[in-house]
Amino acid sequence: MKRLVAAALLALGAAPAPTVNTARLLAADAAPRLADYGLFADAEGRVPAPGVTLYTLNTPLFSDYAEKFRYVWLPPGKPATYTATGVLEFPVGAVIVKTFAYPADFRAPDKDVRLVETRLLVRRASGWVPLSYVWNAAGTDAVLQRAGVRLPVQFIDARGAARALDYAVPNTNQCKQCHQQGTIATPIGPTAANMNDGAQLQRWAAAGRLTGLPDTLPRLARWDDAAEPVAARARAYLEVNCGHCHSRAGFASNSGLYLQADEPVPAHQGINKRPVAAGRGSGGRSFSIVPGQPDASILLHRMQSSEPGVMMPQFGRTVAHDEGVALVRAYIESLPN
Amino acid sequence: MKAFALSLAATMLATPMLAMPLAARTIMVAPGASDQETLQTALIDAKPGDTVRLAAGRYALVDGVSLDVAGVTISGAGPGKTILDFTGQKGEGEGLLITSNNVVIRDLAVENAKGNGIKSKGSDGISFVNLRVEWTGGPKSTNGAYGVYPVSSKHVLIDKVFVKGASDAGIYVGQSQQIIVRNSRAEGNVAGIEIENSYDADVHHNVATGNTGGLLVFDLPDLPQQGGHAIRLFRNKIIANNHPNFAAPGNIVASVPPGTGVMVMANRDVHVFDNDIKDNAGNGVMIVAYQSAFTDKSYNPLARAIAVHGNRYAGNGGKPGFPGGAEIAGAMGGALPPVMWDGVIGYAPPTGGERAADGGVVIGDGPAFTLGLVMQGVPTTAARPALLATATALPLLPPRIVLPAAQEARAAR
Repeated sequence: MKRLVAAALLALGAAPAPTVNTARLLAADAAPRLADYGLFADAEGRVPAPGVTLYTLNTPLFSDYAEKFRYVWLPPGKPATYTATGVLEFPVGAVIVKTFAYPADFRAPDKDVRLVETRLLVRRASGWVPLSYVWNAAGTDAVLQRAGVRLPVQFIDARGAARALDYAVPNTNQCKQCHQQGTIATPIGPTAANMNDGAQLQRWAAAGRLTGLPDTLPRLARWDDAAEPVAARARAYLEVNCGHCHSRAGFASNSGLYLQADEPVPAHQGINKRPVAAGRGSGGRSFSIVPGQPDASILLHRMQSSEPGVMMPQFGRTVAHDEGVALVRAYIESLPN
Repeated sequence: MKAFALSLAATMLATPMLAMPLAARTIMVAPGASDQETLQTALIDAKPGDTVRLAAGRYALVDGVSLDVAGVTISGAGPGKTILDFTGQKGEGEGLLITSNNVVIRDLAVENAKGNGIKSKGSDGISFVNLRVEWTGGPKSTNGAYGVYPVSSKHVLIDKVFVKGASDAGIYVGQSQQIIVRNSRAEGNVAGIEIENSYDADVHHNVATGNTGGLLVFDLPDLPQQGGHAIRLFRNKIIANNHPNFAAPGNIVASVPPGTGVMVMANRDVHVFDNDIKDNAGNGVMIVAYQSAFTDKSYNPLARAIAVHGNRYAGNGGKPGFPGGAEIAGAMGGALPPVMWDGVIGYAPPTGGERAADGGVVIGDGPAFTLGLVMQGVPTTAARPALLATATALPLLPPRIVLPAAQEARAAR
């Protein structure tokens, strides 16, 4: 997919005029079709329009093994502003775009890629607005979907096993549930720390897409980089996959479990913390994290489950993330008893 | 200034539609082939002031549904007629979730939610009226946790709500303020009605029966809102709460012994009065400190400034379920006196030293006894039971809870 994008960009030639329809993006009502915004150069949503820039994160949210392609559109002459904590500050008119896709076979990830949905976060004057567009079976058109929908998805996974799942497109309220901090909606992924791969932010700054970039930058660990310490990887994973709700201003604020990578209080990290409203989600275990004992830890139990009422996150996945579970298991095992 | 005010008034008279909210609409929803999408779309499309009216029938829902628009009423044709059926639920932690202010949910039923039945989070002005929330397969540890579950909410009204089968609490109010729970019935849950980490609650004219514990008032550490206080439990019928505990271990209610009528743990200024408390095999009323170790420096684990008076007791205490309870009952003539206090009056905070209770436990009815444990964390096996004298001077009641008149008016319709 990435190679396809690069090839298509080359074919388009240098610095063509922007085609993104900013007025449509900022209109009070959402467009019925993704194509109405002009964010992509092709009907199939594979080639971003000029100025719509691909970006990557060190540690992404797990979404049922979907491949995700992230882009940002900034209105011409309006850069984002660096912030050391939280997401970068984006100008009115900015759009964050995320396309969810499944290759037929993850051992050949660039072939037979099916796009499932494209989500937008549009920065209007009133704040961020979440929208989701679902691709048709032919992959030629994506239409607005507000109430959520289930889509059957099949693929061969990276180990060669056939997988089938009931992919869930979130409804508008679910979008807000994750993206709300206090009373405002906000993006989650594009923090300086999570975008800091040593080159990406500098590239943005050089291209005039980012101002205020300091020399010393915070960095969130890559969850899948075995060269990094297990604790840093696991806490990065928990921050990205759980921390949007499990924060002091998030949907799960009442739990007292706060999974930011820099949370200082052990009890709020979950260490020897009793559950509050876990119900049957406790799985008969007494603490969120029991140091050294992953199988006595509620947090791992809820990550392993795919049963509603037990599983965490409550939505955004329908199957367990085996690799994420293994990482958090190793982290809990490594904690001094 | 005066001229400006006059011209503004004239403008309002001339264009009344601009000065008032748009006319409230009623969005009609009926059961059909795609209930999930139909109902969720209606809840997204609703505008402040609207009513989403659900016709009688059974709605087959395959995911949670949610409302995030303020000032909306969701109403059905009655708790026996409009049924939101979550038996086939595939995702989400709740059946119905409300995250907006000034919402009324009324006249319908929620069945077999995989997690909680109806939850409100961060809602100011939330009314649950004439509802049934039920797990229809009987009491099971795989049932959802809470039936009706307002949390981090303010101005909470729960009126004429029936909950059966919750594996935690039937009616659970957590980390909330200004609360009324009235005219409701909790039956066959682990906890009937539970008020946790909350301030200013009146719980009255309810029936709690057939639960493991009837009415619970708890405060727990490590939470954004703690220091529960100013709770009044009165004119409730708390009858035969002797169900075996079927909560998943690890949850605080899993430690509630079967046979508990009223349980007050780690709160201040709780008044239990004018209730009928009958046939609970353990304690009619149990007043205890939080028993586990804790590291939260701002947490107070003691039950203090507690008053119990004017209740009518009968048939309680014959078969206590807590460790050492049978022995204590034997020593007291075969049955426990109806009111039990653990006698804990001090604790050792994580910061060091010792701290004493800021307020006593006053029993105006009884008979009552103390376990004489003195310090928080001492196990009940070290109890030195002794009868307590009946007090004649009672502390002042906390003020009656009065919800905004507009909220009461919308709930009364």
